[in-house]
Amino acid sequence: MRRSLVLVTAGAFALAAGAITAQETAVVEQGKVVFQHYCAPCHGDGRGDDGAPMLPGTHALYLKYKGQKPELLEQRMDLPAEFIRAIVRNGVASMPPFRKTEVTDEDIAALAAYLAASSRARSRQSP
Amino acid sequence: MAILPPGVSSADFGSALAEFVGAVGKEWVLSSDEDLAPYRDHYSPVPLEEDELLPSAAVAPNTVEQVQAIVRTANRYRTPLYPISTGKNFAYGGPAPNLRGSVIVDLKRMNKVLEVNAERNFALVEPGVSYFDLYRHIQERGLKVWLDCPDPGWGSPIGNTMDRGIGYTLGFYRDHAGAQCGVEVVLASGEVMRTGMGALPNGRAWQEYKYGFGPDPAGLFPQGNYGIVTKMGLRLMPQPEHWRNGLVTVPKRRDLVALVNTVNYLNDLCMIGDPWYGSPLRALLGNTEFREAATRRGGANEAEMDRLAAAASLHSWQVELQFYGSERTTLANWEYAKELAARNIPGARLIDGESLAVPLTREQIEKTTGPYSTNMRRNVTQGVPSLGIWKNLGRTEAAPDSWAQGHVGLFAVLPRTAEAVFDAQHVFRDTMIDLGLESGINALSTPLMWYQFAFLFSAGFSTGGGNAVATPEGKAKVRDGLRALLAKAAEHGWSEYRAAPYFQDDVAEQYSFNDHALRRFNETIKDAVDPNGILAPGRGGIWPKHLRGRRA
Repeated sequence: MRRSLVLVTAGAFALAAGAITAQETAVVEQGKVVFQHYCAPCHGDGRGDDGAPMLPGTHALYLKYKGQKPELLEQRMDLPAEFIRAIVRNGVASMPPFRKTEVTDEDIAALAAYLAASSRARSRQSP
Repeated sequence: MAILPPGVSSADFGSALAEFVGAVGKEWVLSSDEDLAPYRDHYSPVPLEEDELLPSAAVAPNTVEQVQAIVRTANRYRTPLYPISTGKNFAYGGPAPNLRGSVIVDLKRMNKVLEVNAERNFALVEPGVSYFDLYRHIQERGLKVWLDCPDPGWGSPIGNTMDRGIGYTLGFYRDHAGAQCGVEVVLASGEVMRTGMGALPNGRAWQEYKYGFGPDPAGLFPQGNYGIVTKMGLRLMPQPEHWRNGLVTVPKRRDLVALVNTVNYLNDLCMIGDPWYGSPLRALLGNTEFREAATRRGGANEAEMDRLAAAASLHSWQVELQFYGSERTTLANWEYAKELAARNIPGARLIDGESLAVPLTREQIEKTTGPYSTNMRRNVTQGVPSLGIWKNLGRTEAAPDSWAQGHVGLFAVLPRTAEAVFDAQHVFRDTMIDLGLESGINALSTPLMWYQFAFLFSAGFSTGGGNAVATPEGKAKVRDGLRALLAKAAEHGWSEYRAAPYFQDDVAEQYSFNDHALRRFNETIKDAVDPNGILAPGRGGIWPKHLRGRRA
């Protein structure tokens, strides 16, 4: 089921969230770009290398949460910007931190907006 | 501002920071604890200790002119700088400096792909361009050129080249320092210099003839500290039409001698890509008798290993070969490799692998169900950057609630002989066991051919599990352990090709022929081109005159 979900567009977010402003949509789009650029290579959907069933970050969260929370960040509804910022700036476990020159504070806020919108949209798609 | 650069007063440091702000803007001069936290080495062997290599500040220019301004300010206030490209050189220090208190010059914002030429097969990039960035740039434009990526691939071509990183395709390309083709450098004086044909004011072949005329100083910048590289050319491999692999296995332990010689021959004729050695006998490591034989102190007994292999109907060694070209040329090269192996090694098995049109599909890149079990990492052999290798550091199904924090790398350069491999297997294993370190090395450990003309033998170790650095004792064990391994390697004429800042003096100390003539030469240059010693003091074991007392 997890693999059958597809990335949704900003348009879908707009439907999911009700009436949101163009500015909010732009922020979500920015967050999607940040996610795909910096997060998805480790925390995205799809298989990992060498036949691994998941990408490394997704797999680590799958093992950590044991089904209590989604392993995909794009399905998580509990990731406020401050929490994301703490993880991004300090790293956690084997994930190293990211600097402001890579992911700005504005990017982190956009990332939080994207993940919130993504998880809302995905929860609506799930049976 | 918890840390000051050594020898710099608080007032002078404040003045330097103010000038940095003038050069790049307030937003890009970082000095708060939160902003500097990501500049720590996340895998430091000395986390949270007094001598952890922490920066005093970071400054992030986005133009060459800003880099020049930063360097001039640093000269005025004698402020040590440490340039990074994308800061992803993990296990080799990440973004952390050699000298505690240095100001990081974070070049990530200089992120332009200046040119990709798919007819003459090169790229010209800025330091902040990552392999992912360059790959996307190429893919979005449908260009028919390949990258040679390190693994993981989130670093930058410039950063990786400046640490003599490696890759996985054809020999020339996987030596990243060798595939460099012309650099632009901001010198310690603040001047901008270009090497090779880039030194011609209207040079038209900068990325095609890297030597220009006279000495070529471009080779001084990798693992050195003579300038800040702001542009670099790199050769790109034309996208081949076809890729093919095949497996050669040989029955006896001693057959590794002929197998290595055969692969050396094919490699040096440029007929194969990165060959991947391994041992089918790994399947037996769960067996107590076999494990004891494979981890025997002083090295394995050849007859015993052959007997155990024969009893299990397994061959002792394997090498997976890969071929780039057209369908016909890759087939011809594989057929020749088979003929050569059969001629050189009695009993060799020759197994056809896959034969695939390039580019491979996503499914083909993910596929691991070919004709035989393969260790060959498909993304990197196809020039596709990936973070998939991070799986080696994370939680595992067997231990879901713990994780390895990182690893300390030691890749000893060995001659390309089986005898050197046999020696390295027991020398490194025995030393690690004596030091109380967990070791994954055994009589089946095989060399890496990341460099075109040398073996690298992995003697690094995880800093998790029994090698954890969570306690002072654990940290000491890891630090002392690596140093002891380096010393043991040197006894055998081997050494490390690359090291984290914390260990660079230890490695440089070993390259001591004729009373350190090489280091004295390097430091003579350092004093001449960087008289105030502001650029990456200590990098590569090269210290400026006023800081030589800090040599570890």
